[in-house]
Amino acid sequence: MGEQTLATVDWSRAQFALTAMYHWIFVPLTLGLSFLIAFFETIYVKTGNEDWKKLTKFWMTLFGVNFAIGVATGIIMEFQFGTNWSNYSWMVGDIFGAPLAVEGIFAFFIEATFFAVMFFGWSRVSKGFHLLSTWMVAIGSNLSAVWILVANGWMQYPTAMQFNPDKARFEMQSFVDVALSPAAVQKFTHTTSSSFLLSSLFVLGVSGLFLLQKRHQLMAKRSMVVASIFGLIATAFVAFNGDESAYHIAQRQPMKLAAMEGLYDGQNNAPVVAMGIINASKKPGDKEPSFVGKVEIPGLLSLLANREAGTFVPGVNDLVYGNPEKQIVGAKQRIASGQIAVTELANYKAAKERGDAAAAATALTTFNQHRDDLGYGYLKTAADAAPPVAPTFYAFHIMIALGTLFPIIFILVLYFAWKGNLEEKGWLNKLAFISLFLGYVASQAGWVVAEVGRQPWAIQGLLPVNVAGSNLSATNVQITFFMFLTIFTVLLVAEIRIMMKQIKIGPEA
Amino acid sequence: MIGNLEHTLLQQLWWLIASVVGSLFLMLTFVQGGQTLIFTTAKSEEERSLIINSIGRKWELTFTTLVLFGGALFAAFPLFYATSFGGAYWVWMLILFTFIGQAVSFEYRKKPDNVLGAKIYEIFMLINGTVGILLIGAAVGTFFTGSSFTLTKFNSVIWDTPFRGLEAALNVFNVAFGLFLVFLARVLGAMYIVNHIHHDQLVARARKATLINLVFALPFLLTVLGGLLTMDGFAIDPNTGKVFMEKAKYLHNLLAMPAVPVLLLLGLVSVIYGVVATAFLKSNRGIWFGGLGTVLVGLAVFCLAGYNNTAFYPSVTSLQSSLTIYNASSSKYTLTVMSYVAIGVPFVLAYIAYVWRLMDARQLTLAELAKEENY
Repeated sequence: MGEQTLATVDWSRAQFALTAMYHWIFVPLTLGLSFLIAFFETIYVKTGNEDWKKLTKFWMTLFGVNFAIGVATGIIMEFQFGTNWSNYSWMVGDIFGAPLAVEGIFAFFIEATFFAVMFFGWSRVSKGFHLLSTWMVAIGSNLSAVWILVANGWMQYPTAMQFNPDKARFEMQSFVDVALSPAAVQKFTHTTSSSFLLSSLFVLGVSGLFLLQKRHQLMAKRSMVVASIFGLIATAFVAFNGDESAYHIAQRQPMKLAAMEGLYDGQNNAPVVAMGIINASKKPGDKEPSFVGKVEIPGLLSLLANREAGTFVPGVNDLVYGNPEKQIVGAKQRIASGQIAVTELANYKAAKERGDAAAAATALTTFNQHRDDLGYGYLKTAADAAPPVAPTFYAFHIMIALGTLFPIIFILVLYFAWKGNLEEKGWLNKLAFISLFLGYVASQAGWVVAEVGRQPWAIQGLLPVNVAGSNLSATNVQITFFMFLTIFTVLLVAEIRIMMKQIKIGPEA
Repeated sequence: MIGNLEHTLLQQLWWLIASVVGSLFLMLTFVQGGQTLIFTTAKSEEERSLIINSIGRKWELTFTTLVLFGGALFAAFPLFYATSFGGAYWVWMLILFTFIGQAVSFEYRKKPDNVLGAKIYEIFMLINGTVGILLIGAAVGTFFTGSSFTLTKFNSVIWDTPFRGLEAALNVFNVAFGLFLVFLARVLGAMYIVNHIHHDQLVARARKATLINLVFALPFLLTVLGGLLTMDGFAIDPNTGKVFMEKAKYLHNLLAMPAVPVLLLLGLVSVIYGVVATAFLKSNRGIWFGGLGTVLVGLAVFCLAGYNNTAFYPSVTSLQSSLTIYNASSSKYTLTVMSYVAIGVPFVLAYIAYVWRLMDARQLTLAELAKEENY
């Protein structure tokens, strides 16, 4: 496997991160708002009240504007696996491609087919079929998320596969195990429920603005009540599967957990850092303090990570350099083993090519003894096995802090709506409006934790990013990076302007 | 049952499935064709809106079919995905950029405060319908003319020109293929307008447009057909798996697979009949013949490229690096799983057809645009 230049890999990472972050501005709103629209339309069909139809159409307009740019950024995500990560595409295409194709067949077409009915079918199909179509768009959108998240879950926790030295790729052994792996299930439930939460905040924020402006007050209050109930239910799921997710990360990606908590030296009865400032000059293996300052909750990390108080949680240094006492094999040892695997794989291929069966068999035997460390063989130093700690730590803590705030807002909205004086609570409506943006911050932060926290791996423990990319010059990727940056930014500005105008027009136009 | 199929048979089956999806995409490019017709066939803002609202209800199907085509190739032939996309970087990037513009244009074009103005979004549509389709055609053309790449022993692609795939646009056959698809898309777009829009003047112009664009397409079609019948091709020795150049390989493929010339001829006749029916017989159903014909022609082209011991993504600089449906495919297990998944495709096609019928049961009119949601 050829190693790409660092500049190309870094620009490809930047381009993928840019595309993914832009894409993730639009997707969570699509996932959640589609269900909220389905709720609104269901109420309309049940009651026959035209106000609910107006409300449905209003949120549908915003949904459509958001959906289009989500589609535009989405296609780039799919094809970038090939254009910028071609070695990755070959090495894991046998596993990764299947969920992507299933997604295309069973999810995208539901969205694509019923989307047109939802928007343009009001007078062309019956009321019932229109409602069904709206629900199908919601279901199809969320099914779309299933398969790409299965694929992402597999990248975080590769399972049910085997390396084929003849083809130099990983091959799938069980589709069911890939689709139902705990990482995939966690990824899907946490991502979709947090998207429902974001969409509820979106509806809350826009409706809060209406109340502040004393416009469309009845419709705004109705929207806020539905969104708050949906948001509260979503919050419960987010909290539950967030805890599950952290537990699984502790078991399967301990390095990521250590970075999330800024934990360099593992310890028994490890604390959770409630808030802290990371020491930016700290590196794995040095004697610098990890934090400039911090507030801790003693023992909580051990409890959350291992579901047992007082237990040992490994830190970055344990995982980089090993900890014989705790029987942790560090990256340093695995790199040495991985380099043998790399050499023997090359020897095996060379022996096969020249028809030397005996040499090939010998090389293959040695390779098989070290195959689990193959990916480590491409790391330069042990410290390379650690992700950037500061962004992972801050992103995680921002996500948790905001995730704690949101249910309080939902409860307050429901309480004052029940009291009948929601429109008088200007401070709450301002908070609701601000939380619209905070929802996006939390959502993006979640992906930063997931993706930055698993660096340097494209596939956890198997394929580092420096051998996953395409053999391109950095200049090519730089040019496309700035092209994407320009076009996505222009389209984002257009989207925001269009949405603001539609919000100004309001649901009763 | 599928589990008992040989790997070779699964590879051939998946080439067929990918070919069907690719051919359906070609049929659905009537959307792209329609996007270019707003500049030539529509003569007023009302007519432009009618066209955009007509094809705009189908753009997502075309887009999704393209995505599925990519997904199917990734799943079934990952080495092609890695080699072509990672190698011919600029061709695919430019194609993708044209589709970014398309995806937002329908929704944003007429919305107030859309920053760029309606004209720019219409230009995005034009670029997608011309440059986008041309480049897709040129990329498919390289299935026959080859590309410049070398695979390392770990199947990592090294592209042998600095132009990263753009060199495909310097080959007459590739360009002719691309231009044929551009004009074919316009023929299909005009047929769809005739079928779906109720507006006498616009429909009359669209009927003419089918004929004019077919005439424009003919020289490029003849160039492609002439090329296919005479060019040397990239053959696989079935005993050694080695790739070698064979004189008139694609002519040999046509002769060796009698179903393929039948598909090709039936397809071309069907498209031509669709045009004749639309332009001269005043039928509104030309699109069905045009669409079906396009699928058949597409299938014939993909069969020629991939079957009968042919390298479907050949390398002109390193013959043995050429991709075949056998060396580029996923494992037997993955293809088997995917084949079970593909059983669901008829169900998907059935609900698409049902919804299509419901939505297109009556023609689009200006009156409907005035009182209903529209782009």
